[in-house]
This record gives sequence, C-alpha cells and structure tokens, in this order.
Amino acid sequence: MIRSFRQVGLETYGILALAGVTVVVPFLPISEFWVTLGNYIGISALVAIGLVLLTGAAGITSFGQAAFVGIGAYTTAYLTTAHDASAWLGLIAGLCATGVTAVVLGELTMRLSGHFLPLGTLAWGLALYFLAGNLDFLGGYDGMTGIPPIQLGPIALDKGRRIFWLIWAIVLIAIIITGNLMRSRSGRALRALKESGALAESMGVNTAREKLKVFVTAALLASVAGWLFAHMQRTVNPTPFSAMASIEYLLMAVIGGLSSVWGGLIGAAAVLILKDLLQRLLPVLSAPVGTYEIVVFGAILVILLQYSAQGIWGLLVRACRRQSKPQSAPSVTSASLLDHRSKPRVGEPILQIEAVRRTFGGLVAVNDVSFGVRAGEIVGLIGPNGAGKSTLFNLVSGALAPVSGTVSLLGDRRYKRGARQVATLGVSRSFQHVKMDAEMTVLENVALGAHLRGNRGHLSAMLGLDRKEERAIHMEARRQLSALGLSDFDGHPAGALALGQQRLMEIARALAGDPILLLLDEPAAGLRHAEKQELAAVLNRVRAEGLAILLVEHDMELVMGLADRLIVLDFGTKIAEGVPDDVRREPRVLEAYLGSVA
Amino acid sequence: MNGNIALLLIQDGLTVGAIYALLAVALVLVFTVTRIIFIPQGEFVSFGALTLAALQTGQVPKTIWLLIALACLVAVRDSVRCIRSGEGLRAARGILVNVVVSFVVCGLVYVLAPLQFPLWADAIISVVVVVFIGITLYRLAFEPLQSASILVLLIAAVGVHLALTGLGLAMFGAEGSRTPPMFDFQGQLGPLQIGGQSIAIFVSASVAMAALSFFFGATLGGKALRATAANRVGARLLGIRTARAGTLAFGLAAALGAASGVLISPLSTIYYDTGFLIGLKGFIAAVIGGLVSYPLAAVGALAIGLLESFTTFETSKLKDVIVFALILPVLLLVSFTHRSSGEEQNN
Repeated sequence: MIRSFRQVGLETYGILALAGVTVVVPFLPISEFWVTLGNYIGISALVAIGLVLLTGAAGITSFGQAAFVGIGAYTTAYLTTAHDASAWLGLIAGLCATGVTAVVLGELTMRLSGHFLPLGTLAWGLALYFLAGNLDFLGGYDGMTGIPPIQLGPIALDKGRRIFWLIWAIVLIAIIITGNLMRSRSGRALRALKESGALAESMGVNTAREKLKVFVTAALLASVAGWLFAHMQRTVNPTPFSAMASIEYLLMAVIGGLSSVWGGLIGAAAVLILKDLLQRLLPVLSAPVGTYEIVVFGAILVILLQYSAQGIWGLLVRACRRQSKPQSAPSVTSASLLDHRSKPRVGEPILQIEAVRRTFGGLVAVNDVSFGVRAGEIVGLIGPNGAGKSTLFNLVSGALAPVSGTVSLLGDRRYKRGARQVATLGVSRSFQHVKMDAEMTVLENVALGAHLRGNRGHLSAMLGLDRKEERAIHMEARRQLSALGLSDFDGHPAGALALGQQRLMEIARALAGDPILLLLDEPAAGLRHAEKQELAAVLNRVRAEGLAILLVEHDMELVMGLADRLIVLDFGTKIAEGVPDDVRREPRVLEAYLGSVA
Repeated sequence: MNGNIALLLIQDGLTVGAIYALLAVALVLVFTVTRIIFIPQGEFVSFGALTLAALQTGQVPKTIWLLIALACLVAVRDSVRCIRSGEGLRAARGILVNVVVSFVVCGLVYVLAPLQFPLWADAIISVVVVVFIGITLYRLAFEPLQSASILVLLIAAVGVHLALTGLGLAMFGAEGSRTPPMFDFQGQLGPLQIGGQSIAIFVSASVAMAALSFFFGATLGGKALRATAANRVGARLLGIRTARAGTLAFGLAAALGAASGVLISPLSTIYYDTGFLIGLKGFIAAVIGGLVSYPLAAVGALAIGLLESFTTFETSKLKDVIVFALILPVLLLVSFTHRSSGEEQNN
C-alpha cells in the first residue's frame, strides 16, 4: 500500500472523471446493453470496494459478502411487494437488517484466528444461501417478482438510464468515503492489525473493535448494492447471493487491486466486461453457458496470484509514478500540534516493579524481581540467554501477567494487563524483530505511533472531518522523523529502509506516542557500528528530555556506555544492580557470564 | 421415530460419514504438508465417479483429455523456465519423462476403455487417472506458490475449484450418472437390513485409514511427509524435497477423493458438481480436527454424517443450513483451542 502525494493526485483525477462519466453516460446514444452493463458494474463495484476495505486494508478475507447483498435485496423485495412499502423504507430496513446480522456474525467470526476466519465466512455465506432458498415467504429457490422501481420524488427510476445516475452517484460517494477511511487514523490502525495484531495493540488500537467496524462497513456497502440490485432487476432469487457470487466479488477485488478502493471499481468493470466477452465468444465452443467462463476466471485468479499480487490498480500506480516528480513536503514546525501529557520531572520515579514473579508450569522464569526506573534515566536489563529478560519485558509491556508482585506506573498500581491498556498509560515499545507495514510509507508508519493522541473515528474519517487532526498527526510524525534524521525518507515505503533505519523508525514511532516510559527490546541487534552510534546518540537525547527508558540489550559495549544503571538477571533472579562500572566487577555477574571462577 | 428408523438413520449416517472421513483425512493431509486449504478436494470425488461411469458404458472418459492438457501446460511452463534459467538437457529429460508418463496413462485408458472390464478394474483405472490429474494440478497451480501465505493459497485453491467445476461441466455435461452396485449382498442384522455397498464403504474407509497410518508411521516416504508438515525448512535441510512431498500429498488426496467417488456412486447419482458439497462436509470434519488431527477429523466426519442423516429425517429442507451453520461454533471452539497456531503463522 504505497501511498504518496502522487497517488492522491491520481485519485482526485479519478473522482472528477467518474463524476463526469456518471452525468454524461445516460445521455449518450449508446445501446441499452451498455447502460445495463454499466449498472451491473456499479452495483458489483460497491461490494468489491467493501472487500478492498476488508481484505486489502484489514486483511480479513470474506467468502460471504454476497450474503449481505442478499439480505439487502430480500429485505426491500419483501417489504415493497408484501407490504407495499416505499423503496426508501426498504433501503433503511435492509441496512438495519444487514447491520444487525453483520454485528452478530462479525462478533462470532472476527474472533476466529488466522485461516479459520475466511472459512467461517464461507460457512455462514452457504448457510444464509440455503436458508433463503428454503423459506417459503421469500419464494424459495424461485424467488420473488414484481418489485417496484425506486421513486425519486415524482420520477420512477424504472429505466436503465435513470437508475444509472443513482447507482453511480452512490458508487462515487462510496469511493470518496472509503478512500477517506483508508487514509485516516482508522485506516492506519487497520493496516497495522493486518500486519500484526501485537503491533496494533501496542499502539493502543482496539483490534477487535476496529475489525468489527470495518466488517460492518463492508456489509452495509454490500447491502446498498443488494437494494439497487433488487429494484433494478425487479426480481430476486437466491442464486446471485450464493457462495459462488461471493467468490466472484473477491475475484473482482483481487483483479482490480486490493491496495486501493479504485481496485474494487476497476476489478468489477474488468470482470464483468470479460465475462460478457467470454459469453459472446465462447458459444463457438458449443458448451453450456457459463462453463468455460468460470474455467477462465479460475485460471486468471491462479495466474494473477502467481505473477502479480497488486492487481490492475498496482500496474496503473507503477506507470504513473515513473512519470511524475516527487513533491516537497510541508515544512516542519518545532512544536507539536497535538496535546501532550504533563511530563514528570527528571528523577521522579516512573516504573516501579516489586517482587514480581512469573512461572511457566514448574519453571520460575522471573523470581521475585524488584527495581525501578526514573524519569531521565536509562536502565539496562542484561543477563545471559534464558535469564528471563524477555519474560520480564513482557510483564512490563503487558503481554504477560505476573503470578504475584506488582508493576506500577507513576505510583499507580492499577497497571493493567494487555498491551493496549499499557499503551494508554503512556508506555511505548519497540520490537525485537521490527514490526511495521512494509508497504505503507515511513511517515504513515510513524503516524501510527500517535494513534492514541487522536480520537477521530470511523465515521468522521469517512466524512472527511478528521483532516485537521490528521494534519497534526502527520506533523508530529514529521517532527519525530526529522529529530531522528529520517526526514528524507518519509515518503518511501518502510520496507525500503535499511535495518538500522527501520529500528530508528520504530523509535520515532514509539516517541510519536508521547510516552513517559520507553521500552526497547534489543534495539541494537543486527546493527552496524555506525548505526549503533546513531542509536546511542538518539537515546541520549531522549533521556535528556526526561524520558524513562528500559533497555533490554545484548550488546555490552552499547549498554555499558549508555545505561545509568544495570539490572542483571540470571535464572530469573536479579543478581546485581548498580552503575555499569560496579556491575562489571561484581563476582556473581562474572560468574553468570563466564562460568565459575575456579 | 422408532428404534428401527433410528437404526436405519444411524446406518445411513455412518456410511456417508465414512465417505466424509476419507475426504477429511485427505484435506488434513494436504493442509499439513502444503498449507493449502484444498477446496477442490470434492472435484476429485465427481471426477472419480464420473470417470468410472464412462468406463462402465465403454466410453473413453474425458478426464484423460484434461490430464493431457494439464501435463502439456506443465511441460510448456517448465521448458520456458528451463530456457530462461539456462538449465540444460538434464532438466529437459525430467520434463519429458513427466509428459510421457501422462501420455502413456491416457493412451492405455484410451485403448482399454471400449473393452468393458469388470467394475473393480474400472474403479482402479478411474482412481489412477484422477491421481495423475491431482499431481499435475499441484505442479501447475500450487508449486509456484509454495512460499505464499495461507490466505493466498486459499484464494488460489478457490480459483482451481472454479476452473475444475467448469471443466467438470464441460466434460460430463449437466446430467448425472449412477454406477451399478459393487456388492449385491444384503445382510440381516437383527431387524436391520445392511446393504453390501454400505459395508464396502465402511471396510474400504477403514482399510484406507489403516494403510495411511501404516504409511505415516512405518515408511520413509510417510515420515518425510510428516517432517515436511512439521517444519518445511527443517525438512529441506535434511534433504527432503518439499515440492515432491507436495506432489505426494496431492497424489494421496486425489486417490482418497476418487476412491470416495467410486464408492459412493452406486448409492446416489453423482453430478459434475456433487463433489463440491460432499467435499465441503468433509471439510467441516477436517476443521473439527483443527486441520491437523486425523483421528479427530475422522470422528468429526462420522458425527456430521449422523447429524445430516437425522436432520434429513426431521426437516429435509433445512439440512444444509444446519450442517453449514454448525461449522461456526466448531470454528470458534477450534480457534480458541488452537490459538497459538493462528495469527503469527499467517503473516
């Protein structure tokens, strides 16, 4: 997901072009056939755009999207035929029905881990299909007929050309609002959780809720598509809502490109036009309708996965990038535009660990360890392999709960469990193996760190009401990047950075959260000498600003030079604590590292 | 419902459940070795059954043309790759051998088909053809994706399923076929009539499973598969060719699928797309086993067979709704008990 100024430019042109097409097409002297095809493309695009949000941004693959289209279509079909309700009431009722179903199914399926999740969606997709086919009041497998057209004031949208405007106006709105969402705080959070749940949670993202919200959003888009479908076709039956149709929607999203909402639109157009061409060309082979079509689709899907995962949109972006020049970034202000916490005074106790103990079965990994970290102090946590450093680190970062003892922050003992809660308290962390979205820009990756300093949600992002806050967040991210000397890279995909730069980026991300305590898990691992020196300079500077830092590190030279105090662990027990020079001479430390001195 | 009906339903359920079990075992096998959630498993069932049906009427089964086409595609792709990478004659020989083997199999079937062999011989021929299709399919569609994520592999599997369904319709048409029963035996157990075919299915399924557990427990090939399943990189370091493990897994899965098709085709009419639904139910069973446990998957399959048989009796219309809705709670349960194997592995 490479997002740069240029791509935003491409998207703006796209929206203008699309608006033009929407207005003009019904006036053109083209055959009804093309208008109808355009209508189907628009309707399918709505579903595919939802899938781009779901699969492309949040990494949730759904094989059940057509079921939501079905709920939208059947609700309005039933209300308008059996109860003579207005189509607009049908829309609202359909959205409500879909919303409720999506919340219930989402609550269940979003809890599934890994590959069980797409299987879950396949399961309820199939179940809903068979249900629709077997309920008598919905007409069984024959479906329902006689659905009235949508009334727009005095005008009935009963012709293809008339409903074209409505369909494409909705597509246009969908593209704008979902595009906004992808570029927002929520969008960043979604992409982070796709990459790693641990990363998102440690940035303060409520992953379960974000997943559910994006799932419901995609379902509602599908429901609107179903409403349009029912009133355009004027009949419904279960077939267009089967698992097969769900797979076709997914195919559209994959072919179009999962990295942008435009992929949904392009994919819908590509698939439907191709399908039409195949249906016209293939009867030459004298096979039943639809036979070779799905063969070709299946083959395209596999070939696409084997050769290019970016889809058609990815190709377009690559072509455009070659031509345009990079733009200069706005200048960086020195003061943060975001609210920040009141900073503790230097020397004030920040983290206090008292007699913390953690066991795994019979193994005591951390054995009644106590120590503290003050503001403006770097405390190094060292010890031989298996000493319990990582376990202790996880106890502080909230990934693990202690069996006994307490961890308190600023004297507050309600140090809660869970990475997200710990992040809320003002604790930022880096990871032993860099965790980031490699395709997202460096700037966006760092902006993710400021997640908790913003509060604009899903809705205001979609409506574009979050721009001011977004500017402030981006400014903060730039400020951190320039402080770490990474300003030149802010528009690069994070994956293009060298390992040392990636580690610095992680620290910038952690600092963007305005923490009072910074937890660093082996930040120097794999770095070259010059990069280590750069890292040390950064940490020295941050310390001078009054941050408390807990550092787990293997590189003795770096730790000895940097830390104010060292805590040495061996077999889960603290064996020494003090300034580096004293600890270095401690006999028990020498014994732990070098074996017993005979 | 009285006792006799219940017994009958149990017999039905166990018979169908045994078929599901064969498929579930195949799915677990494919998943553990290749990480592919193999949606097209059910197509092997249809292909096996319909190939047998064609052979029984003395026709040349169209599946051999599919095999030839797939083999040629693989050969073309491999040749292109060879030329690009500058590999010489050594690789070319391998490619040639693969194509020639496929052609020989197809040629034999072509010549032998009109001779109308007994049912058991035709059954074996059908399974062999489908096994070759399975192996070639792996080489063509999945081998290049070996290092892709589970999700990408799953989408690819869906693509293969689409293609095979369409090809199934093209090869066999929309009409279904039914083969004559293999065993005309009718047993009497107390008040219960037991069909020979049911016994045959149960015995074959048990034999297949016993053979598999022998294969995995006591042979080098089976152990290599298990090693690949446990740790691909580690297996490769020990000199196991993991791509070959993939073809072996697909061969076995195709054999199990085709055997299921051959066994079930005397009991019900098989259409080109019947296999998919049967496969999905085997699939739910495989998921009950967390996609890793053979015994759990087999037990789950029998349970699904029973559930289906009883729901058919109570409310035949909603049978599929119930069976597919059942998978959600099962998935949740599995998801919570297999937490560790979830997210991070997926990335």
